[in-house]
Amino acid sequence: MPRIGVFICWCGTNIAGTVEIEQVVNAARSFPGVVYAGDYRYLCSEVGQKLIKDTIKKENLERVVVGTCSPRMHEVTFRKAVAEAGLNPYLLEVANLREHCSWVHKDPAEATPKAIALVRAAVSKASLDEPLTALMLDVEKRALVIGGGIAGIQAALDIADSGYTVDLVEKEPSIGGRMAQLEKTFPTLDCAACILTPKMVEVAQHPNINLLTYSEVEAVSGFVGQFDVRIRSRARSIDPSKCTGCGICYEKCPAKVPSEFDMELGKRKVIYVPFPQAVPNIPVIDRENCLYFKRGRCRICEKECPAEAIDFEQQDEIIERRYGVILVATGFDSMDLTGYGEYGYGQHPDVLSALQFERLFNASGPTAGQVVRLSNGRPPQRVVFIQCVGSRDIARGQNYCSKICCMFTSKQAILLKEKLPETEAYIFYIDLRTAGKGYEEFQRRAAEEYGVIYLRGSVGKVFPEGERLLVRGVDSLSGRPLEIEADLVVLAAASVPRRDAPELARLMSINSDRYNFFDEAHPKLRPVETHTAGIFIAGACQAPKDIPEAVAQAGAAAAKAVTLLSKEKLQSEACVAKVDPARCSGCLHCEAVCPYGAIAATETEERVRGELLTRTVAEVNPALCQGCGCCTMTCRSGSVTLQGYTDEQMLAEVDALCLQR
Amino acid sequence: MSTALGKTGEVPVNGASPEKERWTPLIVAFCCNWCSYAGGDLAGTSRMDYPANVKVIRMPCSSRINPLFILRAFQRGADGVLVAGCHPGDCHYTSGNYYVRRNLSLFRRLLEFSGIEPERFQVSWISASEGDKFAGVMQSLTEEIKALGPNGKWRDSRWQSVE
Amino acid sequence: MIFSESYHRFIDELKKNTGQDPNQCYQCAKCSAGCPVVAAMDLLPHQVIRYLQLGLLGELEESRTPWICASCFTCAARCPRDLDLARLMEGVRLAVLRLREGNRLSPADLELTPEQLEKLPAQALVSSFRKYAK
Repeated sequence: MPRIGVFICWCGTNIAGTVEIEQVVNAARSFPGVVYAGDYRYLCSEVGQKLIKDTIKKENLERVVVGTCSPRMHEVTFRKAVAEAGLNPYLLEVANLREHCSWVHKDPAEATPKAIALVRAAVSKASLDEPLTALMLDVEKRALVIGGGIAGIQAALDIADSGYTVDLVEKEPSIGGRMAQLEKTFPTLDCAACILTPKMVEVAQHPNINLLTYSEVEAVSGFVGQFDVRIRSRARSIDPSKCTGCGICYEKCPAKVPSEFDMELGKRKVIYVPFPQAVPNIPVIDRENCLYFKRGRCRICEKECPAEAIDFEQQDEIIERRYGVILVATGFDSMDLTGYGEYGYGQHPDVLSALQFERLFNASGPTAGQVVRLSNGRPPQRVVFIQCVGSRDIARGQNYCSKICCMFTSKQAILLKEKLPETEAYIFYIDLRTAGKGYEEFQRRAAEEYGVIYLRGSVGKVFPEGERLLVRGVDSLSGRPLEIEADLVVLAAASVPRRDAPELARLMSINSDRYNFFDEAHPKLRPVETHTAGIFIAGACQAPKDIPEAVAQAGAAAAKAVTLLSKEKLQSEACVAKVDPARCSGCLHCEAVCPYGAIAATETEERVRGELLTRTVAEVNPALCQGCGCCTMTCRSGSVTLQGYTDEQMLAEVDALCLQR
Repeated sequence: MSTALGKTGEVPVNGASPEKERWTPLIVAFCCNWCSYAGGDLAGTSRMDYPANVKVIRMPCSSRINPLFILRAFQRGADGVLVAGCHPGDCHYTSGNYYVRRNLSLFRRLLEFSGIEPERFQVSWISASEGDKFAGVMQSLTEEIKALGPNGKWRDSRWQSVE
Repeated sequence: MIFSESYHRFIDELKKNTGQDPNQCYQCAKCSAGCPVVAAMDLLPHQVIRYLQLGLLGELEESRTPWICASCFTCAARCPRDLDLARLMEGVRLAVLRLREGNRLSPADLELTPEQLEKLPAQALVSSFRKYAK
């Protein structure tokens, strides 16, 4: 039986006012193993802590029990004190005599026996305490940012500016993301490219940023401080060291396919840069559609390239690297609207999604900046905008509000009015949500200065009628059905997670909500962290959000990432699960329930009747384990235990509590 | 009430004897550290009042609770056991309380099968902000079990508690 | 009376009869926008739901809309709140009938012999009970 010391705190009158301290101390002296019991007015004070430290040395204490306030308050304080006296900090137990006793029971005749019971339980548990050591983990001083939209760009720049190396991985041939596709931004009507391009260039030129475009993350293993990541950098078929970005190759390329950047409205060449301001300004060959890769002949680009940069033999490059932290900023997609047959999307060229309509304004867009009907190339006389297409729709779309549509629809109506002042703009909305700095004012300007007509209601159907589109809707405020002959119909499609978001979440074992948006660790207090330590999220991959919010979140996530990177070592959780391989049957049910992927199969060797046998058992990675103990309950052979909360300790505590009625 | 007492047969069945009035049940509450234990702390800082016969054991997560612990409490003379954890969806460790919910609903049927009144084993989701709920649950649990009287099932007859 | 006890009784009854909760509606008016017979209605479909939300059954009793609804289900197919308006309209018709006619019929009122009862088409019995019985 180890030598146990018990210290009871008065907490002024907070505990001593209700609990008879002397009785508790006297009772504690009689508990098995207790060689010292004492009390003090304020144990958490420096003098109080010194009392504990001195007594540990004087009485040769091996375990310490304090009867104080809640362990959630001062456990750390007392662990530190115990450690300073040379004891392992996990050889301390706390009996909660304040929040769970003196403050909730008024009668000393009731509170005192309960306090004694609580101290008895803590003593019983302490007698079974084992010294525990938290692992000290190395931190690789390098960050990985996945996604090169505005959030990823901002995060990469912030981390790089703090002096750490950042690898920025982008799936597309250029960084820029959704923001690069926008013409103007609300509520200031800044030109998106004008504010984004300088940041993109900064990324390309930053000495601490290593840009990996046309690349994807394929595998992630490891844990905070030491993530091992495999990245596939796809073959561009162009030697970046030779390419000058002159653009002759894509001028001469004979093959065309729909442009993803222009939301399939325009065409791009098969060797291409997605847009003129692309960073890096190096084309790629789309091998799926390239005539040479498909049919074995063409190679016109190779003949035309003055720098001899075309390389048809180039292979994908596999990069395997270790990172201390990972920041995910993969952004959003515009929802596929084919389920909304009543609006005629995909059936009529003049029914567009908002992102498609945005491209019509852009000078490098499919119409070279002319806002025209795609059916006949003429400017529209009347445009109808429909909001909440796919958003707030529990039947065919997403339950949530996509948040940005009210604002971008008003913005597009203003842009339309500025370009074509005679054109009428109608907006069907259900509710107008304009919370944000300057947002309400912006929307009011659209209605009051630009004469955009807001109709509260919905559209039931869009029919082609002659050359035009007949929009049949209702204004719910007047209760009046409406029929509007329109030239263009613009649908505010819901923002949804990227199609490959579930796959990425699985790779990194981070959580997603039911829509596949990545989940933050706490909705209020840990908005940029994930449940996996060392992995952070920013931007619209977490939930729909506008540019200022995405940038703010990226900055916050970068700050969190830098906080981790700046540490020499990281301390892991000490109370972690442990498997006894001799008893483990290798069923791996524990692996299935572990929320942190901290349990994996491993091989163990044992000698049975002189023969060396190998069998599979579970093994806990103490760097990943967070100490919930879920595995212990799943284990059929009782071979997993949670250190600091072993079965023996918990049972001893139950026994002690029940002993003292 | 007399039926419940008659079932256990350990306390005189004389209706409202002063002894029975004074009798208080022993209740062991297993609380997860992040929600329910913190809810208990809040009940304390808000100076709420609940019966002193409830004694709390702090667990990292409700999913750490092995049914064995609950049986042991009944063996050692507990008259009621409470398991409290974060609300579904709010588990600090993401999913622990979903597992415990499944596990314990099965275990509860075993307890009922063995003859323990279902009121004696309860599960409650109490968040860190629900100090009033914590105190309320302790209050109502005590009253319910007081009405049932002492528990005799699973009890280890050799076990002697001290007063 | 709005939101009184009788309001809650009415809503509960409506939910029971139709399986639909009118309070799920957020008044986007998509039902009214797509309704093919809206021209003949005095109240638009979304207004009928609003009246239900407010418990204004008296006003609905005066309205032609529930009787004009052809149960074509266009609204139900497009409702973003997944409400089946056609069922709600049927619920309104039922409620209005009961309001107007009272509970006139009970099986005993029929004064039929078991043989006569057996000969009656079951559907006729069921529908008259639905309309007139409690």
